[in-house]
Amino acid sequence: MQGQQKLKDGSVLIIGAGGLGSPLGMYLAAAGVGRLGLVDFDIVDVSDLQRQIAYGTSDIGRSKAQSMKETIQEINPHVDIELFETRFTRDNALEIAENFDVIIDGTDNFATRYLVNDVCVLLGKPNVYGAIFRFDGQVSVFDASRGPCYRCLFAEPPPPGVAPSCAEGGVLGILPGVIGVIQATEAVKLLLGQGKTLVGRLLLYQALSMSFRELKLQKNPDCPVCGENPTITKLIDYEEFCGILGEENGGSQTGYKEIDVTAVASLIDKEADFLLLDVREPVEWEICSLPNSVRIPKGEVRDRLEEIDITKDVIVYCRSGVRSGAIANFLCDAGFDRAQNMRGGIRAWANEIDPTMPVY
Amino acid sequence: MKINYFAWIKDKVGCEEEEITLPADVTNVGQLINWLSRRGPRYDDAFEFIEVIKVVVNQTYVMNDQPVKDDDEVIFIPPIAGG
Repeated sequence: MQGQQKLKDGSVLIIGAGGLGSPLGMYLAAAGVGRLGLVDFDIVDVSDLQRQIAYGTSDIGRSKAQSMKETIQEINPHVDIELFETRFTRDNALEIAENFDVIIDGTDNFATRYLVNDVCVLLGKPNVYGAIFRFDGQVSVFDASRGPCYRCLFAEPPPPGVAPSCAEGGVLGILPGVIGVIQATEAVKLLLGQGKTLVGRLLLYQALSMSFRELKLQKNPDCPVCGENPTITKLIDYEEFCGILGEENGGSQTGYKEIDVTAVASLIDKEADFLLLDVREPVEWEICSLPNSVRIPKGEVRDRLEEIDITKDVIVYCRSGVRSGAIANFLCDAGFDRAQNMRGGIRAWANEIDPTMPVY
Repeated sequence: MKINYFAWIKDKVGCEEEEITLPADVTNVGQLINWLSRRGPRYDDAFEFIEVIKVVVNQTYVMNDQPVKDDDEVIFIPPIAGG
């Protein structure tokens, strides 16, 4: 009963109500955590349902935060739920996080992950970290007051486009369940003050070989936020730190040009002489594709450059435009000066040009 | 030497685990990465952003000057952000 009372008196902020956030919200509510905060600005999409189990088909198009609140209330009506239907940004992050005991990182991008880390270091709160990629996951508890932080582990993010997101690269739908449930376990332990948490350890999970590994992490004395002489003493511009420059900030910094789907459709109608390059994976080609495209998966383009006619205008596409942007950039660097990225990918095509095309 | 590739490094290299025989002139982590990169374009691509990848030898994070031996276990861990 004593432990249950501690949970009832405890509060947890879940940042991101997606694949990780779904089991987190449901299990922490079922466990009897007194107060839960949910941060998510997004709405439920049909493609989320294979992993975001807090939602069902009737929630498609609805706010994730609102839908999650209903799911939680159905499980445990005694949980006090606070919704933040907004992006977690440097402007609101400290204010949102300061009223919670434990912060959970269930976000889906590097910029927000560095933001969550710095917020936790600055506020002196534990950050229950979980991240997933296709079949693999990582979990840790970052608590700079007694161990390393996320920046001690990964000082710098990879360049944009190198590590595809779940929506881009696909992910085993069960994977965020495994990782989210471990995060929930760590959050409960932190509230109870019991057991040995993952502070100073990184747990690695690989679903295809079904293996768990554990690594010891060291605090980096030169860490810019939690080291001996920190240079980050307040929140910074995380998009800039991660090399992302949104269109509202003046467009892409990279050398390649972008073309929208209507322009591509009119080139096809005019039978213009250009090369359409599909850099998705074979399983994606089976779902849908554009006519007469040359198909080379992103990972093979480098080895199969001779299949791309350098004398032609090359238009690269993928599902959403992220992978193809990286390839357009690579092609421009490799001498294909006229490589362009089809903005929004085949999803934009399905939305704007061909509504009968299956989307995924 | 047993090598494990995690997440997108695995996708780029094309396998999760492999066993290699360490050449005599490869004695530290930096040399190991250079040697692996020369094994083919997939490896070269995988290690293109080596500065963001963590190298773990026998369950401990190491730097590029860390000595390696044939009976070591090495894991390459990149940052991932999915959720």
